[in-house]
Amino acid sequence: MFVPPTRFAVPGRIEVSDGGAARWQTATLTEIRRETPRASTFRFAVPAWTGHLPGQHLMLRLTAEDGYVAQRHYSIASAPDDGGHIELTLDHVDGGEVSGWFHTVARPGDRVEVRGPVSGFFAWPGDRPALLIGAGSGVVPLMSMVRHRRARGLDVPLRLLVSARGPRELIYAREFGAETTPVFTRSAPEGVPVGRLAASHVAPLLADGPAGGWEAYVCGSNAFAEHASRLLVAAGQPVDRIRIERFG
Amino acid sequence: MNVTRGFTGRPRVADPGLPPGQYDAGDDWPVLSAEVTPELAAADWTFRVDGLVKRPRTWDWEQAHALPGSAYDGDIHCVTGWSKFGVRFAGVSLDAFLDAARPLASATHAVAYAHTGYTAGLPLADLTGGKAWIAWEYDGKPLPAEHGGPARLLVPHLYFWKSAKWIAGIRLLDHDEPGFWEQNGYHERGNPWEEQRYSGD
Repeated sequence: MFVPPTRFAVPGRIEVSDGGAARWQTATLTEIRRETPRASTFRFAVPAWTGHLPGQHLMLRLTAEDGYVAQRHYSIASAPDDGGHIELTLDHVDGGEVSGWFHTVARPGDRVEVRGPVSGFFAWPGDRPALLIGAGSGVVPLMSMVRHRRARGLDVPLRLLVSARGPRELIYAREFGAETTPVFTRSAPEGVPVGRLAASHVAPLLADGPAGGWEAYVCGSNAFAEHASRLLVAAGQPVDRIRIERFG
Repeated sequence: MNVTRGFTGRPRVADPGLPPGQYDAGDDWPVLSAEVTPELAAADWTFRVDGLVKRPRTWDWEQAHALPGSAYDGDIHCVTGWSKFGVRFAGVSLDAFLDAARPLASATHAVAYAHTGYTAGLPLADLTGGKAWIAWEYDGKPLPAEHGGPARLLVPHLYFWKSAKWIAGIRLLDHDEPGFWEQNGYHERGNPWEEQRYSGD
């Protein structure tokens, strides 16, 4: 195997099964739950789902009557052990043809097609301490990790820093526990400061980190990912232990 | 065909430049690198061609700029689904570097690697004959760091993960070797016109 002569700063592959990525299968919508004014969770029955690791995504496609197809990558929100079900949490994107269909047309019983899971790069098997940093719907793949740890009763350290404009925009607000620190950028509950994710959030987690350090997972817009990854590097997190999923 | 109830989609635009399954990103240029954007100054950038070549060689920023300039005007296609039309990159054709290094007849593939350690595997035929560039300008300005500046590989006829950002070198091989995304389940060649997204497509 070729090893680049330059310092390797890309985190390595996590072993995953790519078997499910090979074919499209039908996913039947069973439930829609509103999370925030702009985001809802869509639950699907996928009987032949081969399973996934937290942090993986899938490809989803919708087909119009004339054969026109629109396909998108979406992170999986649910934990792996969900008995043939998967959940996606989707923002309603302005003018988005796929998210627009989900938010204005979709109802339980509708069928779409999915292919996956795909890519092991951002996966977290639950075997190593994880420091998760997300913003907006960037929390979705990170929530799969939080849920996985909870469902399995894992005692491996995990912390989540999640940035949202305000409490109303915080996806999964009711589900967070002591592992999570929300950061509010525009409005916050009484007594909670308002401001951007800062070194004061990140540095203490690194200073008090587990003995072997953290694997860091960053997910959000490119601007947020650049900001958060710089804070991590400045606080001493090695670049080859930072995985970034940017929403493009 | 599995029609989705009530889905109509965007207005149909007959666009022969759009590969199957892709949509027009318009003015957006999404950034999707998986690693921290490196702080790499032009003065510290180098580009090396080695492996199955007669003359392994490293160019620094000034030496690379002394080669004849070449531009790409056209489209780019990302495996996540977006395509971007009418982009303009400038730099040097990869042929200029390969001609100087003189590939051996046994060379059939290459691994492109970045200053971050990112890798992409490619058939050599996809890198020669005016199909690939080392690019340092976008739209007449220095290529921004988040898009791979100071310089990136540009192989616009393949999905864009092959166009390694922060390019550090190309090693010529006599076999296909999977790079970062190819090891993560993506296709070994990545031709958007045949929709070669994942391994086995």
